[in-house]
Amino acid sequence: MGDQAGNITFQQGVKDCIPTLLGYISIGIAAGVAGVAADLSVLEVTLLAIFVYAGAAQFIICAMLLTNSTTLAIIVTTFIVNFRHFLLGATLAPLFQKDSMLKNIGISLLVTDESFGVASMKLAKREPIYSAWMNGLNITAYIVWIISCAVGGLIGKLIPNPAIFGLDFALTAMFVALFVFQLQSVPKSKLRHIMFLILYMLIFMIGLSFIVSMNVAVVLSTLIVATIGVVTDR
Amino acid sequence: MSVSYAFILMLLGCSLVTAIPRMLPFLVMRNMNISEPILKWLSYIPICIFSALIIESFMTNGAGGFQIHWLELVAVIATLLISLLTRSLLWTVILGVAMMAILRLIL
Repeated sequence: MGDQAGNITFQQGVKDCIPTLLGYISIGIAAGVAGVAADLSVLEVTLLAIFVYAGAAQFIICAMLLTNSTTLAIIVTTFIVNFRHFLLGATLAPLFQKDSMLKNIGISLLVTDESFGVASMKLAKREPIYSAWMNGLNITAYIVWIISCAVGGLIGKLIPNPAIFGLDFALTAMFVALFVFQLQSVPKSKLRHIMFLILYMLIFMIGLSFIVSMNVAVVLSTLIVATIGVVTDR
Repeated sequence: MSVSYAFILMLLGCSLVTAIPRMLPFLVMRNMNISEPILKWLSYIPICIFSALIIESFMTNGAGGFQIHWLELVAVIATLLISLLTRSLLWTVILGVAMMAILRLIL
């Protein structure tokens, strides 16, 4: 693939990112507000966005700072919350085997639930995925996220409670949309099988929530039910 | 605008534990031929993980015991319908957020 084609693919990645931007912006602003509420400076909120770049983790870090948790506890919790990225990466990594190690690391560091969702939507449509496209998607989201968090920090004092405006629900709404896209890509003959798996997810999530934290339950249920999916697949 | 020493320490730790799970599959799976059952297993991950993230949004099981957040559950079901109707990521997010705001306002 020449540079010209690479540029076009990159631009397509940027375009494909646009529908997810409202989610990043609203959640980013909410994360910025949460950071300021947890007594972080705007610079610190921005640094979190740049170096951690994980919405759920940033919220939990702020919540734990408010309850005076130890640094070690915060780091361990962040690890647990973000471990699902391992699963997202495992799905995406085979697509970039031909690309250089450096490109792979670059892509891997910017994988989010949303960029994974957009990529898996493309996969479900059986369209090819190039590293330039993935970078266009990832880098757009990354820049918008950092700016949104910084802006959120700045206006943090103006909006004391972003939940009132439903902004915190943007994340869930996006997950619902990505879930529906996944569902639509399932062949009719497999729909029954998938519905059973979703039911299993509900059962395992409820059951595991009595034993482990919700974040761990997300990872464990996914591992277990994906395995059930393979075993019961005919 | 200030950055405290304790913050830097936490930032470094959190960046590291976020970067490692992100990088690992890309480094490990580079030179591997992935077998058919593993590929099949990976194909089930997206639907499972998004189910999990949605389920996580309407229930908690902490110090207060097991709880279902009915408001969130109603919003999730409505958003599911919106998503099926519009089939658009952007509209699902916009209308989902608007609906949650309205639900909180009237309830």
